[in-house]
Amino acid sequence: MKRLNGRMLTVLSFGMAALFLVSIAIAGQAYAGSALETDFSRKNLAPCAQYLFGTDWLGRDMLVRTLTGLSMSIRIGLLAAGVSSALAFILGALAATMGKAVDSFITWCIDLVMGIPHILLLILISYALGRGFKGVVTGVALTHWTALARVIRGEVLQLKEAPYIKAAQKLGMGRLLIVWKHMVPHLFPQFLVGLIMMFPHAILHEASITFLGFGLPPEQPAIGIILSESMKHLAMGRWWLAVFPGLLLVLTVVLFDMAGESLRKLLAPGSAHR
Amino acid sequence: MKDHLLLIGKNVIRMFLLLFFVSAAAFVLVSVSPIDPLQANVGQAALGSMSQEQIEKLQAYWGVGVPPAERFFRWASDFFRGDMGVSLLYRQPVSKVIHIKLANSLWLMTIAWLLSGAAGFVLGVLSGLKKGSWLDKLIKGYSLLIASTPAFWLALMLLMIFAVRLKILPIGLSVPIGLEAGEVTVSDRICHAVLPAVTLSITGISNITLHTREKMIDIMESDYVLFAKARGESSRSIVKNHALRNVLLPALTLQFASVSEIFGGSVLVEQVFSYPGLGQAAVTAGLGSDVPLLLGITVISAAFVFGGNLIANILYGIIDPRIRKGGARA
Amino acid sequence: MEESRKEKKVILDIRNFTVSFEQYEKGFKKTGLPVIRDLSVTIHEGEIVAVAGSSGSGKSLLAHGILGILPYNAALGGTILYDGEPLTEERKKALRGNEIVLVPQSVAFLDPLMKIGPQIRRGKKDKASVEKLNRIFRGYELKEEVQSLYPFELSGGMNRRILVSTALMGNPRLVIADEPTPGLHMDMVRRVMGHFRELADKGAGVLLITHDLEQALEVADRVAVFYAGTTVEDADAADFRSEETLRHPYSRALWRALPQNGFQFIQGTQPYVKDLPEGCSFGPRCGRCSPECRGEIPYRDLRGGRVRCLHAV
Repeated sequence: MKRLNGRMLTVLSFGMAALFLVSIAIAGQAYAGSALETDFSRKNLAPCAQYLFGTDWLGRDMLVRTLTGLSMSIRIGLLAAGVSSALAFILGALAATMGKAVDSFITWCIDLVMGIPHILLLILISYALGRGFKGVVTGVALTHWTALARVIRGEVLQLKEAPYIKAAQKLGMGRLLIVWKHMVPHLFPQFLVGLIMMFPHAILHEASITFLGFGLPPEQPAIGIILSESMKHLAMGRWWLAVFPGLLLVLTVVLFDMAGESLRKLLAPGSAHR
Repeated sequence: MKDHLLLIGKNVIRMFLLLFFVSAAAFVLVSVSPIDPLQANVGQAALGSMSQEQIEKLQAYWGVGVPPAERFFRWASDFFRGDMGVSLLYRQPVSKVIHIKLANSLWLMTIAWLLSGAAGFVLGVLSGLKKGSWLDKLIKGYSLLIASTPAFWLALMLLMIFAVRLKILPIGLSVPIGLEAGEVTVSDRICHAVLPAVTLSITGISNITLHTREKMIDIMESDYVLFAKARGESSRSIVKNHALRNVLLPALTLQFASVSEIFGGSVLVEQVFSYPGLGQAAVTAGLGSDVPLLLGITVISAAFVFGGNLIANILYGIIDPRIRKGGARA
Repeated sequence: MEESRKEKKVILDIRNFTVSFEQYEKGFKKTGLPVIRDLSVTIHEGEIVAVAGSSGSGKSLLAHGILGILPYNAALGGTILYDGEPLTEERKKALRGNEIVLVPQSVAFLDPLMKIGPQIRRGKKDKASVEKLNRIFRGYELKEEVQSLYPFELSGGMNRRILVSTALMGNPRLVIADEPTPGLHMDMVRRVMGHFRELADKGAGVLLITHDLEQALEVADRVAVFYAGTTVEDADAADFRSEETLRHPYSRALWRALPQNGFQFIQGTQPYVKDLPEGCSFGPRCGRCSPECRGEIPYRDLRGGRVRCLHAV
């Protein structure tokens, strides 16, 4: 077999990561019902062949709970990151094209958001919306757009000065047509990478804020809830309640990171070398 | 130099303006909340232990009948005079609560800030210098893994290993339970701060490492390093004369920018270790609808973040000759 | 000129030099991208040889290849003889900065955060180095205070002299100047070129890499014309006085493009390394291209120079 070269590996790792994440999302969804199933005949079981992740004090299967929680995290992450990146795109593009006043206003907003530590801002936003699902999604969406907005702003500013755009303007091409034909194709890869790189952060922050008690309600088997519940049982030596769900969360985030990184590599103009 | 002072002046003004808007934004957020702070705290009998004057003031802030803008300006002008209101949960002036909690947290955060900054810098420099080597892969792998690990889970794991299993470090709180304040020794304090500080440091390292590494790689691929190589400078001389010199400035900015991250991390870590610091107070305030305290903590932490940026700017002007000696002629 | 050249020792002899980069084609195919395909040039002591070719054609890689500072994904081929012996990577490492020196194109190649003096001395503070630099600076009429300036504080006039000064800290026998006069006024060009002439007159060989033929002809003794990865002609500078004495159609085209000869440019552009035509790379732009030009074109001796063209006489 021919040795895989760098680019194949990149595509392969992107594919594997994506596949794994999709299967977690689907598996979690499929077993959502049994995640809440209690069975006192099997409570506090350490990990074994039948219950790979063990069971909790209500006899709930931790593997199923973890998968369901992760699936929820992934979906919330996708939703929040999607909203956030759309926001970033719009604000970044507006800042670059709508003149100085709009630009400084948006830059000001970015500084403002960056000024409050993320977790604290998440707490505030979640509080403002009365906690729960809406609070998490809005919170994560409103705190993650800044970096990507800066990138988009910079790109658009640069594009505006690009010779081929100037030429298109001189040739009398319509504004919208220029944006559609010349700017969007150039910005899209940046946007896509920014979006995917946002997922891991979104997921981590969703888990964190839920862990603190500001996110999803306690009856949901969210990862943050699972881990926060496990705290009461750690002193009794039920390590599996925290170890496995956490490991799987880390794995999910790492995979998202990997997928984003490989996509960035593939789309980067300099990727031809190496 | 004069230009630089002017720039600092502008930055200071900007910082205060930003701070003002941060408090306004935070005020708006807590005001639109469907949760009524007074209602939420009635059951706690918090109001009972307050003086009549305090209660009236509270009602003026949060009660109906006062337009939100006016409420904000009353709160802000009191805040400016040092009166941050009264905490509904702790039944003490917010300024006093923050003072105590911040003192606890500063221990943690300073240690973590210095440790993660120093370790992150060294690891980032090494990794960037040896780009592609096994050392680089190890360091990069560690950083990416830690960046993907939620701080609270790492805290849980460390708690489980060192406090529950090995029983060598205490489970929580900043001082042993049941001791008078006077009996708490420095070693007690250190013992209780070790795990939280370590967790915060470990998580703080990765970002600084990754950014320093990127900078280092840029520098090692720069024209001036290429020319230094062409002039026969040894790798050691290049690192000493050029790489460290040039990576120090961005690293400094990064270090001061990391204040925000350390603050955020401390919220999670303090929660896990029940460490009575500012972060835990923020969570308690948020869950218990203690609006004055939540607002106070937000403004104080934003002040730290902006202050960090300001110090970075000032230091930049002192260290970077291009700014110190007045605008680059490019 | 031809006589004096024969008497002097060859300091650098480059034969069939190649540089290629590993790169991905469409999809997953990994290929070598040959940026320099066949470059031959010889430099004697006391001689200035210009390698002239249009910008972006990869000429700088020649300089980096001689100095051993190419990026890791570059592969070298051909032979380089320095002082009669193969120039191995170890020798490059030992000689660069001392016997073989580079004069870069701008102060952007200086560390922005290190003062000029210590930077040129490479951080050394011993008495000999300090005195040597003072002497060099006096020679170029640079004030000693300049040593405590940062690169961004230098004036345009000082830049060039300082960049040349960096070369003199060693004992240069081979000076490589990579585009040393980008966008400079002709008066300034003459002064900079004058510095190189001085170095050559002291016995060093100078390799001048430039895209500006006019500037090269100011001081060069010989000119190697570089086109699409290959040297197409090696000519005495005097050959450029008239079109007829030149050998290759591309050199002639360059000659016609000189200001004093009427700025006539030829059609077309240099082909990108990936879309090279078969055989003669200049073929598609050449009026004398014939079917034989599709084959291998040797680099042959002709009238005291060399040429890579079947039709040259």
